[in-house]
Amino acid sequence: MKLLQLQREMAASIMQPLTPSDRISPKAKSGFIKPNDRLTSRERLEIYSKSYWYRLIDGMYEDFPGLRAVVGQRAFDRLIRAYLTDCPSRSFTMRNLGSQLESWLRKNPKYAAKKNPLALDMVKLEWAHIEAWDGKAEPALGPEDLLELGPNLKIGLQPHIHLLELKYPVDDLRVRVNTEDHETSSNAPVKKARRMIAGVDMKPRQIFLAVHRYDLEIYYRRLEPEEFRLLHALRNGRNLGRALSACCKGSRTPIGELQKNLEHWFSTWAQLGWFCRS
Amino acid sequence: MVLTLFFSIMPANRFNGFTEYGIGVGLRIPHYNHILERKPLVDWFEIISENYMIDGGRPLAILDRILEQYRVVQHGVSMYFGSAEKLNREHLRRLKALVKRTKTPWLTDHLCWGSVDGKYSHDLLPMPYTFEAAKVTARKVREARDYLEVPIAVENVSSYAEFHVSEMTEWEFLNEVVERADCGILLDVNNIYVSSRNHNFDAYEYLNSVPPERVAQIHIAGHSKFTKYILDTHDHPVIDPVWKLYDHAIQRVGPTATLLEWDDRIPSFDEVHAQALKAEKYLAAPAVL
Repeated sequence: MKLLQLQREMAASIMQPLTPSDRISPKAKSGFIKPNDRLTSRERLEIYSKSYWYRLIDGMYEDFPGLRAVVGQRAFDRLIRAYLTDCPSRSFTMRNLGSQLESWLRKNPKYAAKKNPLALDMVKLEWAHIEAWDGKAEPALGPEDLLELGPNLKIGLQPHIHLLELKYPVDDLRVRVNTEDHETSSNAPVKKARRMIAGVDMKPRQIFLAVHRYDLEIYYRRLEPEEFRLLHALRNGRNLGRALSACCKGSRTPIGELQKNLEHWFSTWAQLGWFCRS
Repeated sequence: MVLTLFFSIMPANRFNGFTEYGIGVGLRIPHYNHILERKPLVDWFEIISENYMIDGGRPLAILDRILEQYRVVQHGVSMYFGSAEKLNREHLRRLKALVKRTKTPWLTDHLCWGSVDGKYSHDLLPMPYTFEAAKVTARKVREARDYLEVPIAVENVSSYAEFHVSEMTEWEFLNEVVERADCGILLDVNNIYVSSRNHNFDAYEYLNSVPPERVAQIHIAGHSKFTKYILDTHDHPVIDPVWKLYDHAIQRVGPTATLLEWDDRIPSFDEVHAQALKAEKYLAAPAVL
Protein backbone atom coordinates (compact mmCIF):
# COMPACT_ATOMS: atom_id res chain seq x y z
CA MET A 1 0.00 0.00 0.00
CA LYS A 2 1.36 3.44 -0.92
CA LEU A 3 2.02 6.00 1.80
CA LEU A 4 -0.72 8.40 0.71
CA GLN A 5 -3.31 5.63 0.46
CA LEU A 6 -2.40 4.28 3.89
CA GLN A 7 -2.57 7.71 5.47
CA ARG A 8 -5.92 8.43 3.85
CA GLU A 9 -7.35 5.15 5.14
CA MET A 10 -6.01 5.63 8.64
CA ALA A 11 -7.11 9.25 8.87
CA ALA A 12 -10.59 8.38 7.59
CA SER A 13 -10.84 5.62 10.19
CA ILE A 14 -9.67 7.57 13.22
CA MET A 15 -11.75 10.60 12.24
CA GLN A 16 -14.97 8.56 12.11
CA PRO A 17 -17.14 9.73 15.04
CA LEU A 18 -16.83 7.60 18.16
CA THR A 19 -19.87 5.55 19.21
CA PRO A 20 -22.13 6.88 22.01
CA SER A 21 -20.04 4.82 24.46
CA ASP A 22 -16.85 6.39 23.07
CA ARG A 23 -15.64 3.32 21.20
CA ILE A 24 -14.13 3.37 17.72
CA SER A 25 -16.68 3.57 14.91
CA PRO A 26 -17.81 0.25 13.40
CA LYS A 27 -17.12 1.92 10.02
CA ALA A 28 -13.41 2.27 10.80
CA LYS A 29 -11.07 0.01 8.79
CA SER A 30 -8.14 -1.45 10.70
CA GLY A 31 -6.80 -4.16 8.40
CA PHE A 32 -3.58 -2.24 7.77
CA ILE A 33 -2.63 -2.37 11.48
CA LYS A 34 -0.78 -5.37 12.92
CA PRO A 35 -2.31 -6.94 16.02
CA ASN A 36 -0.01 -7.90 18.90
CA ASP A 37 -0.27 -10.43 21.73
CA ARG A 38 -2.47 -8.08 23.81
CA LEU A 39 -4.45 -5.94 21.36
CA THR A 40 -6.29 -6.55 18.11
CA SER A 41 -5.74 -4.28 15.11
CA ARG A 42 -9.00 -2.56 15.94
CA GLU A 43 -8.07 -1.97 19.59
CA ARG A 44 -4.75 -0.46 18.54
CA LEU A 45 -6.45 1.84 16.06
CA GLU A 46 -9.00 2.76 18.72
CA ILE A 47 -6.24 4.34 20.83
CA TYR A 48 -5.63 6.80 18.00
CA SER A 49 -9.29 7.41 17.27
CA LYS A 50 -9.98 8.25 20.92
CA SER A 51 -6.87 10.42 21.04
CA TYR A 52 -8.06 12.36 17.99
CA TRP A 53 -11.54 12.97 19.35
CA TYR A 54 -10.57 13.71 22.95
CA ARG A 55 -7.90 16.15 21.87
CA LEU A 56 -10.19 18.10 19.54
CA ILE A 57 -13.15 18.01 21.92
CA ASP A 58 -10.85 19.32 24.66
CA GLY A 59 -9.81 22.15 22.37
CA MET A 60 -13.44 23.11 21.75
CA TYR A 61 -14.20 22.99 25.50
CA GLU A 62 -11.37 25.42 26.10
CA ASP A 63 -12.31 27.78 23.29
CA PHE A 64 -16.10 27.85 23.71
CA PRO A 65 -16.97 27.61 27.42
CA GLY A 66 -19.70 30.22 26.91
CA LEU A 67 -21.44 28.15 24.24
CA ARG A 68 -21.32 25.19 26.59
CA ALA A 69 -22.95 27.33 29.28
CA VAL A 70 -25.69 28.37 26.84
CA VAL A 71 -26.68 24.99 25.42
CA GLY A 72 -25.71 22.79 28.38
CA GLN A 73 -23.25 19.95 28.65
CA ARG A 74 -25.04 17.24 26.67
CA ALA A 75 -26.12 19.46 23.77
CA PHE A 76 -22.63 20.98 23.63
CA ASP A 77 -21.04 17.57 23.40
CA ARG A 78 -23.38 16.55 20.55
CA LEU A 79 -22.88 19.89 18.82
CA ILE A 80 -19.08 19.90 18.83
CA ARG A 81 -18.82 16.27 17.75
CA ALA A 82 -21.15 16.99 14.81
CA TYR A 83 -19.21 20.15 13.98
CA LEU A 84 -15.84 18.41 14.06
CA THR A 85 -17.24 15.62 11.89
CA ASP A 86 -18.40 18.12 9.26
CA CYS A 87 -15.51 20.55 9.65
CA PRO A 88 -12.29 18.69 10.53
CA SER A 89 -9.31 20.92 11.28
CA ARG A 90 -7.66 22.37 8.20
CA SER A 91 -5.01 24.33 10.04
CA PHE A 92 -1.67 23.31 11.53
CA THR A 93 -2.75 24.93 14.78
CA MET A 94 -5.65 23.97 17.02
CA ARG A 95 -6.13 27.67 17.62
CA ASN A 96 -8.23 27.74 14.43
CA LEU A 97 -10.40 24.75 15.36
CA GLY A 98 -13.54 26.85 15.84
CA SER A 99 -13.08 29.13 12.83
CA GLN A 100 -16.06 27.60 10.96
CA LEU A 101 -18.34 27.15 13.96
CA GLU A 102 -20.53 30.21 13.40
CA SER A 103 -21.23 29.45 9.72
CA TRP A 104 -21.74 25.76 10.53
CA LEU A 105 -24.19 26.53 13.33
CA ARG A 106 -26.20 28.80 11.00
CA LYS A 107 -26.62 25.85 8.65
CA ASN A 108 -27.27 23.39 11.48
CA PRO A 109 -29.53 25.21 13.95
CA LYS A 110 -30.99 21.98 15.35
CA TYR A 111 -27.93 21.44 17.58
CA ALA A 112 -28.79 24.51 19.66
CA ALA A 113 -32.55 24.18 19.02
CA LYS A 114 -34.53 27.20 20.24
CA LYS A 115 -31.38 28.73 21.73
CA ASN A 116 -29.70 29.02 18.34
CA PRO A 117 -29.80 32.85 18.11
CA LEU A 118 -28.28 33.10 21.59
CA ALA A 119 -25.75 30.35 20.78
CA LEU A 120 -24.74 32.16 17.58
CA ASP A 121 -24.09 35.38 19.48
CA MET A 122 -21.97 33.52 22.01
CA VAL A 123 -19.97 31.82 19.25
CA LYS A 124 -19.36 35.21 17.60
CA LEU A 125 -18.10 36.60 20.90
CA GLU A 126 -15.91 33.60 21.68
CA TRP A 127 -14.32 33.56 18.23
CA ALA A 128 -13.67 37.31 18.53
CA HIS A 129 -12.06 36.60 21.91
CA ILE A 130 -9.68 34.10 20.29
CA GLU A 131 -8.83 36.53 17.50
CA ALA A 132 -8.28 39.40 19.93
CA TRP A 133 -6.07 37.29 22.22
CA ASP A 134 -3.26 36.84 19.71
CA GLY A 135 -4.13 39.35 16.98
CA LYS A 136 -1.56 41.80 15.69
CA ALA A 137 -1.02 45.13 17.44
CA GLU A 138 0.34 47.99 15.36
CA PRO A 139 2.11 50.99 16.94
CA ALA A 140 -0.67 53.00 18.56
CA LEU A 141 -1.43 56.61 17.72
CA GLY A 142 -1.42 58.65 20.92
CA PRO A 143 -3.66 61.62 21.82
CA GLU A 144 -0.98 63.97 20.46
CA ASP A 145 -1.16 62.26 17.05
CA LEU A 146 -4.92 62.80 16.97
CA LEU A 147 -4.51 66.56 17.42
CA GLU A 148 -3.43 66.70 13.79
CA LEU A 149 -6.57 64.95 12.59
CA GLY A 150 -8.41 66.45 9.70
CA PRO A 151 -11.58 65.30 7.93
CA ASN A 152 -9.64 63.59 5.11
CA LEU A 153 -7.26 61.73 7.37
CA LYS A 154 -7.62 57.98 7.46
CA ILE A 155 -6.92 56.27 10.74
CA GLY A 156 -7.02 52.56 11.30
CA LEU A 157 -8.24 50.43 14.14
CA GLN A 158 -5.90 47.97 15.79
CA PRO A 159 -6.21 44.58 14.06
CA HIS A 160 -6.92 42.86 17.40
CA ILE A 161 -10.14 44.87 17.93
CA HIS A 162 -13.36 43.11 16.92
CA LEU A 163 -16.65 44.97 16.69
CA LEU A 164 -19.81 42.97 17.30
CA GLU A 165 -23.47 43.75 16.99
CA LEU A 166 -25.29 41.20 19.13
CA LYS A 167 -28.91 40.38 19.84
CA TYR A 168 -28.15 39.13 23.36
CA PRO A 169 -25.95 40.55 26.16
CA VAL A 170 -23.73 37.45 26.10
CA ASP A 171 -20.67 39.32 27.36
CA ASP A 172 -21.85 39.17 30.98
CA LEU A 173 -22.31 35.41 30.81
CA ARG A 174 -18.97 34.86 29.11
CA VAL A 175 -17.15 36.82 31.80
CA ARG A 176 -18.61 34.49 34.42
CA VAL A 177 -17.44 31.37 32.63
CA ASN A 178 -13.95 30.17 33.34
CA THR A 179 -11.80 28.44 30.83
CA GLU A 180 -9.06 25.91 31.45
CA ASP A 181 -5.47 26.14 30.35
CA HIS A 182 -4.18 23.17 28.51
CA GLU A 183 -1.24 22.46 26.28
CA THR A 184 0.68 19.34 25.53
CA SER A 185 3.16 17.78 23.19
CA SER A 186 2.33 14.19 24.08
CA ASN A 187 0.10 12.05 21.92
CA ALA A 188 -1.84 10.43 24.72
CA PRO A 189 -5.62 10.01 24.45
CA VAL A 190 -6.71 11.35 27.81
CA LYS A 191 -10.33 12.30 28.33
CA LYS A 192 -10.77 15.19 30.72
CA ALA A 193 -13.34 14.97 33.49
CA ARG A 194 -16.00 17.63 32.93
CA ARG A 195 -18.47 19.10 35.35
CA MET A 196 -22.01 18.63 34.06
CA ILE A 197 -23.82 21.91 33.51
CA ALA A 198 -27.32 22.76 32.40
CA GLY A 199 -27.86 25.42 29.75
CA VAL A 200 -28.71 28.98 30.72
CA ASP A 201 -31.13 31.27 28.95
CA MET A 202 -31.42 35.05 28.67
CA LYS A 203 -33.76 37.63 27.18
CA PRO A 204 -32.76 39.31 23.94
CA ARG A 205 -31.38 42.84 24.21
CA GLN A 206 -29.31 44.37 21.45
CA ILE A 207 -25.79 45.36 22.42
CA PHE A 208 -22.77 46.72 20.57
CA LEU A 209 -19.43 45.43 21.72
CA ALA A 210 -15.72 45.91 21.12
CA VAL A 211 -13.62 42.87 21.97
CA HIS A 212 -10.11 44.20 22.42
CA ARG A 213 -6.77 43.64 24.09
CA TYR A 214 -5.27 46.03 26.60
CA ASP A 215 -2.13 45.34 28.57
CA LEU A 216 -2.21 41.77 27.22
CA GLU A 217 -5.65 41.01 28.67
CA ILE A 218 -8.94 40.72 26.77
CA TYR A 219 -11.76 43.14 27.54
CA TYR A 220 -15.34 43.44 26.34
CA ARG A 221 -16.31 47.10 26.03
CA ARG A 222 -19.96 48.00 25.49
CA LEU A 223 -20.44 50.69 22.83
CA GLU A 224 -23.15 53.21 22.11
CA PRO A 225 -24.82 52.67 18.70
CA GLU A 226 -23.21 55.86 17.31
CA GLU A 227 -19.86 54.82 18.72
CA PHE A 228 -20.19 51.43 17.05
CA ARG A 229 -21.13 52.98 13.69
CA LEU A 230 -18.16 55.33 13.77
CA LEU A 231 -15.67 52.61 14.65
CA HIS A 232 -17.23 50.27 12.11
CA ALA A 233 -16.80 52.90 9.40
CA LEU A 234 -13.15 53.42 10.36
CA ARG A 235 -12.59 49.65 10.32
CA ASN A 236 -14.02 49.61 6.80
CA GLY A 237 -11.46 52.17 5.66
CA ARG A 238 -13.64 55.28 5.61
CA ASN A 239 -11.86 58.58 6.22
CA LEU A 240 -12.71 60.44 9.39
CA GLY A 241 -15.23 62.76 7.75
CA ARG A 242 -17.26 59.90 6.26
CA ALA A 243 -16.97 57.90 9.45
CA LEU A 244 -18.43 60.84 11.41
CA SER A 245 -21.28 61.06 8.89
CA ALA A 246 -22.00 57.37 9.40
CA CYS A 247 -21.96 57.96 13.16
CA CYS A 248 -24.47 60.80 13.03
CA LYS A 249 -26.79 59.23 10.46
CA GLY A 250 -30.05 58.29 12.15
CA SER A 251 -28.78 59.27 15.58
CA ARG A 252 -31.42 60.57 17.98
CA THR A 253 -28.82 62.04 20.29
CA PRO A 254 -28.93 65.86 20.36
CA ILE A 255 -26.00 67.32 18.42
CA GLY A 256 -24.50 69.04 21.46
CA GLU A 257 -24.47 65.84 23.44
CA LEU A 258 -23.09 63.92 20.48
CA GLN A 259 -20.21 66.40 20.21
CA LYS A 260 -19.35 65.87 23.87
CA ASN A 261 -19.61 62.12 23.39
CA LEU A 262 -17.28 62.25 20.40
CA GLU A 263 -14.65 64.13 22.39
CA HIS A 264 -14.92 61.60 25.19
CA TRP A 265 -14.85 58.59 22.85
CA PHE A 266 -11.84 59.79 20.89
CA SER A 267 -9.97 60.52 24.08
CA THR A 268 -10.81 57.07 25.48
CA TRP A 269 -9.97 55.21 22.27
CA ALA A 270 -6.65 57.01 22.03
CA GLN A 271 -5.84 56.17 25.65
CA LEU A 272 -6.69 52.55 24.97
CA GLY A 273 -4.37 52.58 21.98
CA TRP A 274 -7.10 51.61 19.56
CA PHE A 275 -5.90 53.78 16.69
CA CYS A 276 -3.08 53.02 14.33
CA ARG A 277 -1.97 54.18 10.90
CA SER A 278 -4.43 53.10 8.24
CA MET B 1 40.79 -2.06 26.27
CA VAL B 2 38.34 -0.01 28.29
CA LEU B 3 38.86 3.75 28.31
CA THR B 4 37.24 5.86 30.98
CA LEU B 5 36.70 9.50 30.08
CA PHE B 6 35.12 12.38 31.89
CA PHE B 7 33.10 14.62 29.63
CA SER B 8 33.53 18.21 30.70
CA ILE B 9 31.53 19.66 27.86
CA MET B 10 28.43 18.79 25.94
CA PRO B 11 29.06 17.22 22.55
CA ALA B 12 28.42 20.21 20.37
CA ASN B 13 27.69 19.07 16.87
CA ARG B 14 26.34 20.48 13.66
CA PHE B 15 22.85 19.19 14.50
CA ASN B 16 22.53 21.35 17.61
CA GLY B 17 24.24 24.37 16.16
CA PHE B 18 27.54 23.52 17.92
CA THR B 19 26.03 24.51 21.25
CA GLU B 20 26.72 23.14 24.70
CA TYR B 21 23.34 23.29 26.40
CA GLY B 22 22.72 21.40 29.63
CA ILE B 23 19.43 20.50 31.28
CA GLY B 24 16.34 22.30 30.11
CA VAL B 25 12.70 22.46 31.08
CA GLY B 26 9.62 22.81 28.88
CA LEU B 27 8.16 26.33 29.14
CA ARG B 28 4.54 25.95 30.26
CA ILE B 29 1.82 28.50 31.06
CA PRO B 30 1.38 27.60 34.76
CA HIS B 31 5.06 28.43 35.33
CA TYR B 32 5.16 31.79 33.58
CA ASN B 33 4.80 33.92 36.71
CA HIS B 34 7.25 31.87 38.75
CA ILE B 35 9.90 32.09 36.05
CA LEU B 36 9.47 35.81 35.42
CA GLU B 37 9.33 36.75 39.10
CA ARG B 38 11.83 34.34 40.64
CA LYS B 39 14.18 34.04 37.66
CA PRO B 40 15.27 30.45 38.49
CA LEU B 41 18.63 29.28 37.25
CA VAL B 42 17.75 27.12 34.24
CA ASP B 43 20.11 26.19 31.40
CA TRP B 44 17.46 26.62 28.73
CA PHE B 45 13.77 26.37 27.97
CA GLU B 46 12.08 24.41 25.25
CA ILE B 47 8.98 25.99 23.74
CA ILE B 48 6.22 24.41 21.69
CA SER B 49 6.67 26.42 18.49
CA GLU B 50 3.00 26.37 17.50
CA ASN B 51 2.00 28.20 20.69
CA TYR B 52 4.00 31.22 19.56
CA MET B 53 3.42 31.19 15.80
CA ILE B 54 0.90 34.00 16.19
CA ASP B 55 0.69 37.69 15.38
CA GLY B 56 0.79 39.20 18.87
CA GLY B 57 -0.58 39.19 22.39
CA ARG B 58 0.42 37.74 25.72
CA PRO B 59 2.19 34.54 24.55
CA LEU B 60 4.66 36.50 22.43
CA ALA B 61 5.11 39.18 25.09
CA ILE B 62 5.95 36.50 27.66
CA LEU B 63 8.28 34.79 25.21
CA ASP B 64 10.14 38.06 24.62
CA ARG B 65 10.64 38.49 28.36
CA ILE B 66 11.90 34.90 28.64
CA LEU B 67 14.27 35.49 25.72
CA GLU B 68 15.80 38.46 27.53
CA GLN B 69 17.03 36.11 30.24
CA TYR B 70 17.14 32.56 28.93
CA ARG B 71 18.16 30.45 25.97
CA VAL B 72 15.24 28.92 24.12
CA VAL B 73 15.01 25.96 21.78
CA GLN B 74 11.98 25.40 19.57
CA HIS B 75 10.10 22.11 19.49
CA GLY B 76 7.29 21.63 17.00
CA VAL B 77 4.30 19.33 17.02
CA SER B 78 2.71 19.76 13.60
CA MET B 79 5.30 19.91 10.84
CA TYR B 80 4.41 16.31 9.99
CA PHE B 81 7.54 15.45 8.03
CA GLY B 82 6.05 12.00 7.45
CA SER B 83 2.79 13.11 5.86
CA ALA B 84 2.60 12.29 2.16
CA GLU B 85 1.39 15.80 1.38
CA LYS B 86 3.63 18.82 0.88
CA LEU B 87 4.86 21.02 3.71
CA ASN B 88 2.39 23.75 4.67
CA ARG B 89 3.85 27.05 3.40
CA GLU B 90 1.95 29.17 5.92
CA HIS B 91 3.30 26.98 8.71
CA LEU B 92 6.84 27.39 7.42
CA ARG B 93 6.46 31.15 7.04
CA ARG B 94 5.29 31.58 10.61
CA LEU B 95 7.89 29.15 11.91
CA LYS B 96 10.67 31.07 10.22
CA ALA B 97 9.48 34.32 11.79
CA LEU B 98 9.62 32.60 15.19
CA VAL B 99 13.08 31.17 14.48
CA LYS B 100 14.30 34.71 13.83
CA ARG B 101 12.71 35.87 17.07
CA THR B 102 14.07 33.12 19.33
CA LYS B 103 17.38 32.55 17.50
CA THR B 104 16.94 28.88 18.33
CA PRO B 105 20.27 27.16 17.57
CA TRP B 106 18.43 24.07 16.37
CA LEU B 107 14.83 23.11 15.85
CA THR B 108 13.02 19.86 16.48
CA ASP B 109 9.81 18.17 15.40
CA HIS B 110 8.55 14.63 15.30
CA LEU B 111 9.22 11.71 13.01
CA CYS B 112 5.56 11.12 12.36
CA TRP B 113 2.64 12.12 10.18
CA GLY B 114 -0.63 13.78 11.17
CA SER B 115 -2.31 15.38 8.19
CA VAL B 116 -3.65 14.19 4.86
CA ASP B 117 -5.47 16.05 2.09
CA GLY B 118 -5.29 19.21 4.21
CA LYS B 119 -7.06 17.66 7.20
CA TYR B 120 -5.14 17.79 10.47
CA SER B 121 -5.36 15.18 13.23
CA HIS B 122 -3.26 17.24 15.68
CA ASP B 123 -1.75 13.95 16.75
CA LEU B 124 1.64 12.31 16.32
CA LEU B 125 0.65 9.37 14.14
CA PRO B 126 3.09 6.49 13.61
CA MET B 127 4.94 5.98 10.36
CA PRO B 128 4.83 2.87 8.25
CA TYR B 129 8.51 1.89 8.19
CA THR B 130 8.91 1.70 4.41
CA PHE B 131 11.59 2.98 2.09
CA GLU B 132 8.99 5.12 0.30
CA ALA B 133 8.03 6.77 3.60
CA ALA B 134 11.69 7.32 4.53
CA LYS B 135 12.32 8.99 1.18
CA VAL B 136 9.30 11.29 1.45
CA THR B 137 10.11 12.19 5.05
CA ALA B 138 13.77 12.90 4.40
CA ARG B 139 12.92 15.11 1.42
CA LYS B 140 10.58 17.20 3.56
CA VAL B 141 13.13 17.53 6.37
CA ARG B 142 15.64 18.84 3.83
CA GLU B 143 13.10 21.27 2.35
CA ALA B 144 12.21 22.61 5.79
CA ARG B 145 15.85 23.01 6.79
CA ASP B 146 16.71 24.81 3.56
CA TYR B 147 13.82 27.23 4.06
CA LEU B 148 14.26 27.77 7.80
CA GLU B 149 18.08 27.93 7.66
CA VAL B 150 18.50 26.21 11.01
CA PRO B 151 19.61 22.65 11.88
CA ILE B 152 16.70 20.23 12.31
CA ALA B 153 16.53 17.18 14.57
CA VAL B 154 13.68 14.67 14.35
CA GLU B 155 12.19 13.04 17.43
CA ASN B 156 11.22 9.39 17.64
CA VAL B 157 7.59 9.22 18.80
CA SER B 158 5.89 6.77 21.13
CA SER B 159 3.46 4.56 19.25
CA TYR B 160 0.60 2.22 19.88
CA ALA B 161 0.27 0.59 16.45
CA GLU B 162 2.45 -1.03 13.79
CA PHE B 163 1.72 -1.53 10.10
CA HIS B 164 1.71 -4.69 7.99
CA VAL B 165 3.50 -2.80 5.20
CA SER B 166 6.56 -1.96 7.31
CA GLU B 167 9.80 -3.15 5.74
CA MET B 168 12.15 -2.46 8.64
CA THR B 169 12.31 -1.79 12.39
CA GLU B 170 11.64 1.63 13.85
CA TRP B 171 15.32 2.26 14.53
CA GLU B 172 16.28 1.21 11.02
CA PHE B 173 13.66 3.63 9.72
CA LEU B 174 15.01 6.42 11.93
CA ASN B 175 18.51 5.79 10.59
CA GLU B 176 17.26 5.65 7.02
CA VAL B 177 15.54 9.04 7.39
CA VAL B 178 18.35 10.88 9.18
CA GLU B 179 20.98 9.56 6.76
CA ARG B 180 18.91 10.55 3.72
CA ALA B 181 18.04 13.95 5.21
CA ASP B 182 21.44 14.43 6.84
CA CYS B 183 19.64 15.74 9.93
CA GLY B 184 19.93 15.35 13.67
CA ILE B 185 18.01 13.22 16.16
CA LEU B 186 16.04 14.32 19.18
CA LEU B 187 16.32 11.09 21.09
CA ASP B 188 13.30 10.57 23.34
CA VAL B 189 14.29 7.76 25.67
CA ASN B 190 10.86 7.65 27.29
CA ASN B 191 9.29 7.16 23.85
CA ILE B 192 11.70 4.31 23.16
CA TYR B 193 10.69 2.72 26.47
CA VAL B 194 6.95 3.18 25.80
CA SER B 195 7.17 1.78 22.27
CA SER B 196 9.41 -1.10 23.35
CA ARG B 197 6.74 -2.19 25.82
CA ASN B 198 3.91 -1.69 23.35
CA HIS B 199 5.64 -3.53 20.52
CA ASN B 200 7.80 -6.06 22.40
CA PHE B 201 11.23 -4.96 21.25
CA ASP B 202 14.49 -4.47 23.13
CA ALA B 203 14.90 -0.79 23.99
CA TYR B 204 18.67 -1.25 24.31
CA GLU B 205 18.92 -2.70 20.82
CA TYR B 206 17.17 0.46 19.60
CA LEU B 207 19.51 2.74 21.55
CA ASN B 208 22.59 0.87 20.38
CA SER B 209 21.60 1.40 16.77
CA VAL B 210 21.23 5.17 17.04
CA PRO B 211 24.16 7.02 15.39
CA PRO B 212 25.62 8.95 18.37
CA GLU B 213 27.09 11.67 16.23
CA ARG B 214 23.61 12.72 15.08
CA VAL B 215 22.01 13.12 18.51
CA ALA B 216 21.32 16.82 19.01
CA GLN B 217 19.15 16.59 22.12
CA ILE B 218 17.48 14.11 24.47
CA HIS B 219 13.95 14.07 25.89
CA ILE B 220 12.93 12.41 29.12
CA ALA B 221 9.37 12.20 30.47
CA GLY B 222 6.91 10.18 32.50
CA HIS B 223 4.13 8.00 31.17
CA SER B 224 1.04 6.07 32.28
CA LYS B 225 0.74 2.31 32.43
CA PHE B 226 -2.50 0.61 31.43
CA THR B 227 -3.33 -3.09 31.48
CA LYS B 228 -2.49 -3.78 27.85
CA TYR B 229 -0.34 -0.86 26.81
CA ILE B 230 1.60 2.19 27.98
CA LEU B 231 0.62 5.75 27.12
CA ASP B 232 3.03 8.64 26.71
CA THR B 233 1.13 11.06 28.94
CA HIS B 234 3.93 13.36 30.19
CA ASP B 235 2.12 13.62 33.52
CA HIS B 236 4.33 11.63 35.89
CA PRO B 237 7.93 11.65 37.11
CA VAL B 238 10.46 9.70 35.06
CA ILE B 239 10.57 6.05 36.14
CA ASP B 240 13.77 4.16 36.96
CA PRO B 241 13.88 2.00 33.80
CA VAL B 242 13.74 5.20 31.73
CA TRP B 243 16.57 6.74 33.79
CA LYS B 244 18.58 3.56 33.11
CA LEU B 245 17.93 3.95 29.41
CA TYR B 246 18.95 7.59 29.68
CA ASP B 247 22.15 6.55 31.44
CA HIS B 248 22.88 4.14 28.62
CA ALA B 249 22.12 6.79 26.01
CA ILE B 250 24.49 9.27 27.68
CA GLN B 251 27.23 6.65 27.79
CA ARG B 252 26.81 6.13 24.05
CA VAL B 253 26.41 9.71 22.85
CA GLY B 254 28.10 11.69 25.63
CA PRO B 255 26.48 14.36 27.80
CA THR B 256 23.82 15.91 25.62
CA ALA B 257 21.33 18.75 25.95
CA THR B 258 18.48 17.14 27.88
CA LEU B 259 14.92 18.24 28.41
CA LEU B 260 12.22 17.01 30.76
CA GLU B 261 8.70 17.11 29.30
CA TRP B 262 5.81 17.56 31.72
CA ASP B 263 2.60 18.58 29.96
CA ASP B 264 -0.35 17.45 32.01
CA ARG B 265 -1.20 17.65 35.72
CA ILE B 266 1.78 19.99 35.87
CA PRO B 267 3.28 20.38 39.37
CA SER B 268 5.13 23.44 40.64
CA PHE B 269 8.07 24.74 38.66
CA ASP B 270 10.46 23.73 41.43
CA GLU B 271 9.20 20.16 41.31
CA VAL B 272 9.52 19.92 37.54
CA HIS B 273 12.97 21.51 37.62
CA ALA B 274 14.14 19.21 40.42
CA GLN B 275 12.98 16.22 38.40
CA ALA B 276 14.88 17.48 35.36
CA LEU B 277 18.04 18.05 37.40
CA LYS B 278 18.13 14.37 38.31
CA ALA B 279 19.71 14.01 34.87
CA GLU B 280 22.82 15.74 36.26
CA LYS B 281 24.19 12.64 37.92
CA TYR B 282 24.16 10.78 34.60
CA LEU B 283 25.60 13.72 32.68
CA ALA B 284 28.44 14.02 35.19
CA ALA B 285 29.17 10.29 35.33
CA PRO B 286 32.15 8.82 33.51
CA ALA B 287 31.42 7.23 30.19
CA VAL B 288 32.86 3.86 29.36
CA LEU B 289 33.92 3.57 25.74
